Amino acid sequence: MTIDLNQVDRPNSYIGKTVPRPNARKLVEGRGQYVDDVHLPRTVHVAYLRSPYAHARINGINADAAKAIPGVLRVFTGHDLKDVCTPWVATLDHLKGMKSAPQHALAVDRAMWVGEPVAAVVAESRAVAEDGAAALEVDFEPLPVVADMETALDPETPVLHEELGDNLTFTRTHESGDLADAFASAAHVVEETFHTGRHTGVCLEPRSILADFNRSENQLTLYAATQAPHMIQSSFAKHLDLPEGKVRVICGDVGGSYGIKVHIYPDEMATAAISRVMGRPVKFIADRLESFTADIHARDHRVKARMAVDSNGKITALEIDDLTGIGPYSVYPRTSAIEGNQVVNLCGGPYDLASYKATTTVVMQNKAPMCQYRAVGHPIACAVTEGMVDLAAEALGMDPVELRRRNLVPDDAYPYTAASGMKFEGLSHHASLDKLLETMGYDDLRREQQALRDKGVYRGIGIASFIELTNPSPFMYGIGGARISAQDGATVRMDPDGSLVVLSGVTEQGQGTEGMLAQVVAESVGVPMETVKVITGDTQTTPYGGGTWASRGAGIGGAAAFRAGRALRDNIIQVAAAMLQSTPDALDIIDGAIKDRATGEERMPLAELGRIVYFRGDTLPKDLDREMVATRHYITSDYPFAFTNGIQASLVEVDVETGFVKLLKHWCVEDCGRVINPQLVDEQIRGGIVQGLGGALYEECVYSEEGQLENANMADYLVPMASEMPDMVIGHVETPTQESELGAKGAGEAGTAGAPAAVMNAINDAIRPFGGRVTRMPFTPERVLAVLGKVPDPDGR
Amino acid sequence: MKPAQFAYARAKDLPHALALWAEAGEDAQILAGGQSLIAGLGLRLADTPALIDINHVPDLAGVTESGDRIRIGAMTRHAELARNPLVAEHAPAIAEAAPLIAHPAIQARGTIGGSLAYADPAAEFPACVVALDAELVVQGQGGERRIPAADFFLGLYETALEPFELLTAIEIPKAGRRRQTVQELVRRHGDYAIVGIVLAADVQGDTLGAAKVVYFGVGDAPVVAEGAARALEQGDVSAALKALNDDLDPPGDLTGGPETKRHLARVILQRAINALRAQ
Ligand SMILES: Cc1cc2nc3c(=O)[nH]c(=O)nc-3n(C[C@H](O)[C@H](O)[C@H](O)COP(=O)(O)OP(=O)(O)OC[C@H]3O[C@@H](n4cnc5c(N)ncnc54)[C@H](O)[C@@H]3O)c2cc1C
Repeated sequence: MTIDLNQVDRPNSYIGKTVPRPNARKLVEGRGQYVDDVHLPRTVHVAYLRSPYAHARINGINADAAKAIPGVLRVFTGHDLKDVCTPWVATLDHLKGMKSAPQHALAVDRAMWVGEPVAAVVAESRAVAEDGAAALEVDFEPLPVVADMETALDPETPVLHEELGDNLTFTRTHESGDLADAFASAAHVVEETFHTGRHTGVCLEPRSILADFNRSENQLTLYAATQAPHMIQSSFAKHLDLPEGKVRVICGDVGGSYGIKVHIYPDEMATAAISRVMGRPVKFIADRLESFTADIHARDHRVKARMAVDSNGKITALEIDDLTGIGPYSVYPRTSAIEGNQVVNLCGGPYDLASYKATTTVVMQNKAPMCQYRAVGHPIACAVTEGMVDLAAEALGMDPVELRRRNLVPDDAYPYTAASGMKFEGLSHHASLDKLLETMGYDDLRREQQALRDKGVYRGIGIASFIELTNPSPFMYGIGGARISAQDGATVRMDPDGSLVVLSGVTEQGQGTEGMLAQVVAESVGVPMETVKVITGDTQTTPYGGGTWASRGAGIGGAAAFRAGRALRDNIIQVAAAMLQSTPDALDIIDGAIKDRATGEERMPLAELGRIVYFRGDTLPKDLDREMVATRHYITSDYPFAFTNGIQASLVEVDVETGFVKLLKHWCVEDCGRVINPQLVDEQIRGGIVQGLGGALYEECVYSEEGQLENANMADYLVPMASEMPDMVIGHVETPTQESELGAKGAGEAGTAGAPAAVMNAINDAIRPFGGRVTRMPFTPERVLAVLGKVPDPDGR
Repeated sequence: MKPAQFAYARAKDLPHALALWAEAGEDAQILAGGQSLIAGLGLRLADTPALIDINHVPDLAGVTESGDRIRIGAMTRHAELARNPLVAEHAPAIAEAAPLIAHPAIQARGTIGGSLAYADPAAEFPACVVALDAELVVQGQGGERRIPAADFFLGLYETALEPFELLTAIEIPKAGRRRQTVQELVRRHGDYAIVGIVLAADVQGDTLGAAKVVYFGVGDAPVVAEGAARALEQGDVSAALKALNDDLDPPGDLTGGPETKRHLARVILQRAINALRAQ
């Protein structure tokens, strides 16, 4: 029996409805349980001394004074841990030619970025551990710093890892179609260089881990704030030389992740290694300050782009050249080449392009490591593509909407293979564009813009179409050799009272995954949602899975849960049919009771069925299967990724005297396939947009030439805040994926993907009368004033 | 980060506070609203052996009227200053500045005395008290003394307070017919200003009599723009804007280079003049 999810009037029709998520109240009341809330007997605390230099030799560490502080228990250096914990090298086999160097939990003899952990002080409390760290005397000998990615490959630039020969981590060029011909015969060729600022994901809960190695069982239990418990299990087991089965990862509540908590961090690995040595629980809670240099950064890209259009407004070619600096090591185990690779995969994505060429060059330098952060590569690719489309429209004297209409892949063209080689099952660019224009009142806004301009008020409208990569298959990491599961599973169990327990391999980071799972299971079995309890984040009890990343929670975790729910439902009906002397196809489960399918008459509540199965099994036929539990898995196989699409628009007002940009309104229409919970999806889009706006206007890790991070605090690193955020209007088009019964694709990154491009185009639309153009994010007042010719260019161009 | 260990003592009254301070030594710090101090302790910027809490000292908070002045107790919170009717009437710049400082939680704890004693060059209140010709009342072991606001701010986080001297009150001449305004440019509501200005003057037609032009965020202390003020007194706005080239020598910081700051200082002066004239 399948459910027709398109039918509106279904019993227990939670899928597609806004229902409050069960864990919201707990979190609001402060009853969540984060890693720092876990208190184990004999716990000790660790603080890390971090390198104050971007590149320095460590000639010696004198810990005498630190050890003399009452409450300090032990000090560890890189040499102390290098035999407890093996180093890792983050490359993936399918990224041809990729190279990186071995990275240790604590720096051994050489520190490579400001913030790299150099020594650990273990003490009775975190405060005393910090006293100890302050008392360490480290003999650093500064070495030449490679800060600028533009010169990282120059022959005179020092090579950071001699054994690698140069500072190149990865490069790849993709080419399709006849580029030379397209550019030669173009009516217009437009060119521009874009910069996206290096930034980081500022999680409300910092990275946290409590490692408890129990010698008596040779068992390591990690209470960790993570997106991917099984990946953590596998990586920690490997490098601490334990069988995977001897590592258990428990992940309770997590206060936001955004990709920050899906990597292997040296300080977390060191914490586990220390627990292994000391045989005691060791807690590490990163503080906000160290997070700025110890969490991954992302998005530091320079992209040169060229686009050719013919006189009819048909885009005939796009060429991009991407350069990115990823710090001294590729980050384990996902690698730091993925972001550049994504830029190559995603540029030009919404458009029907005849020819496309893209190169990414990924280099090493002495800055904090960069890796995957929400919407990996998307905001960059989208800003470049959409910036170029607007430039082409300007060259043609055409409305930017009209140019998009002429070039977006038609809605009836699917399945479609893009010039980048990406395969799209079904997208809705034109339907989304139409809905956007109608929602925002595009023509009225254009008229208002003109009227206000005559009064010296400069408003701009920016549009950005985008695609989003979701529901990844093993083509993302697995084929490269990483033990990162693309498959996910769910177990659904009915207990004697008829209530359900769901165990899922995807995880809750505060975004509502557990609410989504409860909805899916409640409907697929046929019970009230209040009777469903969801458990995630425990490698020892949940099915093996990938966790939460690449917008896969609903599309993959939800699809597995849907299947498991259907399977359990079939099992229950089988038993009910035997009890009621009926046949399975004559029965249904609705609202937690067995009902007669034809009449809707109630035959037996599930609690009664449970009572009999669990306590009076003697009354049932001996050979009757009575499995009140079912496990199912799901993996995407027809397509490497389930692409989604959408379009955003931004309305801004630029104060041309101060360079300040006021965000007046923001719209997004997106298509994530089946919407399971409209409110949760809208929240994802909104939160994603805010993070995108952060990158566009506020957030930037500002480094000096010496590789010092100059704004590593919450006063100087500007995160977007509520007062400055615009009203956002979210709309949907639904093109369910045919791959799963559920039909859901991902929605977690769409907002972030398109927002920076929309804002950039809006600012440039606003200041068009002055002739300048911003292309370097974040668009600070000073940068805006510089392109308006009012102040010198801070970036020295 | 966690603060290093420190001692804590709660003062019953002013003499007690001074006695505790003498006992704890010069490096001990007065705890007012704690909104700068506690963050600094977490950053382990200074070695602070002890805090002397003056939150329970009577008579340090509140606004009173005396003759042609109002007196603001050092422990008066930002939130109170934003809503106090005496302040609104007689020192409107203070009332206008208070809501610009940080966010409600910080306004509820932070005090004007703490803000002035801390002397952040981008803070609003220091520039206000300079522009309003305030007198700061301080109390030490040897008794009370008064410091004109113009002489109080010596440099980056540096004031004329001597060791063991406590700021107890701020006395401000009543505005009378003088108009006052505070303008600032911030990326996000509540941030410290990129550039800010306090303008006070006796507006008569085009001229701004006895104009006071005081900037914040453009130097290591509040910066008085004398040249601009003199030009405004002549009613010559473009001369005032030009005078800023000599009046200001802003160092660059993360929010912008010197030229950007100068440019914004000109824009904001013009806006302040417009605001004053519109009052
Ligand atoms: C997020 C955030 C944003 C902020 N934004 C702004 C802003 O935009 N503008 C702004 O102006 N401020 C801002 N502040 C600072 C805030 O205004 C503080 O409240 C103020 O700077 C200090 O006042 P306090 O009462 O909290 O003093 P405390 O933090 O208690 O003390 C500050 C210093 O002054 C000394 N001190 C305090 N009172 C006295 C006294 N009576 N006599 C002698 N010494 C004394 C203390 O010993 C300490 O050295 C911000 C603070 C935060 C946390």
